Amino acid sequence: MAIVHIPALLHSLTGDVRKLEVEGRTVGDLIDQLELLYPGIRDRLVENGHLRSGLAIFVDGMVRREALEFEVPPQSEVLFVPAVAGG
Amino acid sequence: MNPTQTMDPAKTEVEQKYKVIGTRPIRHDGVDKVTGRAVYGADVQLPGMLHGKVLRSPHAHARVKSVNTEKAEALYGVKAVMTAADFPDAGSRTANLGELGEVPLKPMCDNVMASDKVVYHGHAVAAVAATSPHIAEEALKLIEVEYEVLPPVMDVLKAMEEDSPLLHDDLYTDELGEKSSKPSNVASHSRHVLGDINQGFAAADHILEREYRCATVHQGYIEPHAATAMWNPDGYLTMWVTTQGAFTVRTSVHQILEIPVSKLKVIPTEIGGGFGGKIPVYGEPVAAVLSRKARRPVKVVMDRTEVFQATGPTSGSYVKLKMGVTNEGRITAAETMLAYEAGGYPGSVVSLGGICMFAPYNVENLTIDMYDVVVNKPKTAAYRAPGAPNSEFAAECMIDEFCEILDMDPMEFRLKNGAKEGDIQCHGIPHPRIGCLETTEAARDCEHYQTPLEGPNRGRGVASGYWVNAGLTSSVTARLNGDGTVTLQEGSTDIGGTRTSIAMQLAEVLGIPVEDVVPSVADTDSVGYTEVTGGSRVTFATGWAAYNAGQSIRSQLIEQAAAIWKVDKDQVSLADGVIATTNGDSKSISIKELAADLSQKGIDIGSRETVTPQNHGGAYATHIVDVEVDPDTGKVTILRYTAVQDAGRAIHPSYVEGQMQGGVVQGIGWALNEEYYYNEDGHLMNSSFLDYRMPTSLDLPMIETIIVEVPNPGHPYGVRGVGEVPIVPPQAAVSNAIARAVGTRLGDLPMSPQRVVKALSAKS
Repeated sequence: MAIVHIPALLHSLTGDVRKLEVEGRTVGDLIDQLELLYPGIRDRLVENGHLRSGLAIFVDGMVRREALEFEVPPQSEVLFVPAVAGG
Repeated sequence: MNPTQTMDPAKTEVEQKYKVIGTRPIRHDGVDKVTGRAVYGADVQLPGMLHGKVLRSPHAHARVKSVNTEKAEALYGVKAVMTAADFPDAGSRTANLGELGEVPLKPMCDNVMASDKVVYHGHAVAAVAATSPHIAEEALKLIEVEYEVLPPVMDVLKAMEEDSPLLHDDLYTDELGEKSSKPSNVASHSRHVLGDINQGFAAADHILEREYRCATVHQGYIEPHAATAMWNPDGYLTMWVTTQGAFTVRTSVHQILEIPVSKLKVIPTEIGGGFGGKIPVYGEPVAAVLSRKARRPVKVVMDRTEVFQATGPTSGSYVKLKMGVTNEGRITAAETMLAYEAGGYPGSVVSLGGICMFAPYNVENLTIDMYDVVVNKPKTAAYRAPGAPNSEFAAECMIDEFCEILDMDPMEFRLKNGAKEGDIQCHGIPHPRIGCLETTEAARDCEHYQTPLEGPNRGRGVASGYWVNAGLTSSVTARLNGDGTVTLQEGSTDIGGTRTSIAMQLAEVLGIPVEDVVPSVADTDSVGYTEVTGGSRVTFATGWAAYNAGQSIRSQLIEQAAAIWKVDKDQVSLADGVIATTNGDSKSISIKELAADLSQKGIDIGSRETVTPQNHGGAYATHIVDVEVDPDTGKVTILRYTAVQDAGRAIHPSYVEGQMQGGVVQGIGWALNEEYYYNEDGHLMNSSFLDYRMPTSLDLPMIETIIVEVPNPGHPYGVRGVGEVPIVPPQAAVSNAIARAVGTRLGDLPMSPQRVVKALSAKS
């Protein structure tokens, strides 16, 4: 089980549930499970089979460029964060 | 530290632990630069080279109905003319921007050269290559462009209005995958939420609600953009570019022109400043296309007007902020709306503004709404801590207002609320080990802050700042030469002296003088992939790659010596440039001697390293400024300025101090002087350094610096990025100082003399 934090703009889809434990091997699996609980959430996070542009996945505080394919260790904290660029 | 090592009480911990790190060697590239031998972008000369010039839009917002280049093409000396039609059709192709994902390519192409619409004054519409720059300029006058002029939108709030003229008919507001029902100038809306905002305000004894605005400002780098392209008939393209990222140029040109990266080499020249503004491409694809058409090398160099009109300034912004605190000075809630101008195409740095805004504090209840908005100004680019000064200016000004209301020392307020390891940031990720509190304590205890300020119309301001920093990918290649020196090729372009700060980390590992490391910045064919010199990441990440290269060379030398001495490698060590046995037989050889021996035998010692570290740790700063305000003219004089900053570990303290001073000066310019002036038609009216006033050494006192070192546990030497955070606190520090001097708070930047006089008049 991983602890998934729901992005603020999707709280309306989850009835203001902000984080929950979800079963899944990869980040993609976690999103599939979320979709079963909250229909429509996958389309907000995934586009054409890839993580939506402008989003980054943090697992235990680290960006995971593998995105949907990243294998999530048990009890990890998973966050979807607006991606940032700097200079 | 080795417990048996003798401690010299006269030496600092760093001096005892390190031989190279913490020292101040002369930069490797210094002689070339002070003697004028260094080759910058505009210095590139090639046989048969042509000169490219760009025709720019006289309108801020217009449809391009037609472009006729026939007369220009016929002019003697003109070898090629191009328009957007010469770029491959971007169609629905996307550009891969790494962690930003896939984004539509068309806006990037259109920003380089407008196809159907111009969206800012100075937008490129055509280009010419000719045998001299003067012929190219004359040819531009012969290009006929028919425009349908449209009303411009110059202000972020006006652009957000329902009935505002639209820049792009196909732009819809994206709210994490949900699109607005009709087109809008608001490209995106995102949000961070922590805790319960209503509960937080209910717990507050004092609530303030204010609006803050920042003008559009430019990075103001001294060297204009310059690119030279040589597109060979065999399809290979070589480019010489002044850039913060040679690989970024390669990727951008590859995507815009659909040329394989294997046929494209980018050679970075020396760079005269960038501050984030030399990450996007402008003249690079133009020079390439002109070169392909003319079959000769083409150089495109901007003048200062072009730089101001058509390269990325940073976002103008509007911030609405509401905060609550208790009588004891605890922040209970913060609610804010950030609207940042993106310029003519989507992609401002509002997300970074949101992440940084409250990072110096532990705020448990907050809501941050972020809007990315297009306006008829140049597409914005990164600028030193991009996004952070705009939002943190608002937070730091309001915190000072609370301190006045509560009659609380600003340092005490900051220490009471200051962020520390484990506190949750606005996006839900806990802070790693940070130096926020230590930096504030050092500022509180410094001589400047402890010395009273006296005199009429004088005031002292304090502000803190945070910048997130970055890790990203960096590469180096290191080779041991036969004379014991090490040749070090770095993928990072050197803006702030990083050749040396990277070389120092390799030298430390091998225990050799940094003068025995010969660093250079390599082209894209000669070193591994390296992301931009940005995010204050180079000494951190590229330095880490050099550290790894040093460790690899160290291991190889130990193995070779062990083989020569026929002992196990575990019985050999390397320290202070000497390899020696540790088994008591007292054999030793210097690196120089061993290098000569191995060279004669044809044994190559070297390493190629690529790293993508993430534990970059955030950077914190607290600044103190004393000002004097002339109530008649509104002129603000900086009397004294002290910048205090956590560097993690200062590899080269002089460079750290220089970064701090440079950031402060840019921040003061942003606070007091700098501003893009547009007329009603959206024409930029101050596109020269005469009219766009940046501070000089004559305007300011020496900026005093105090380096705090809270080592970053995520780096072998504890390094944190230092280049960007010093631009964050000055704007609010100066505003707070003005408030303390004359009792008037200014929330709009710049706080120019006329604004100060107006505020004083309103007060009286």
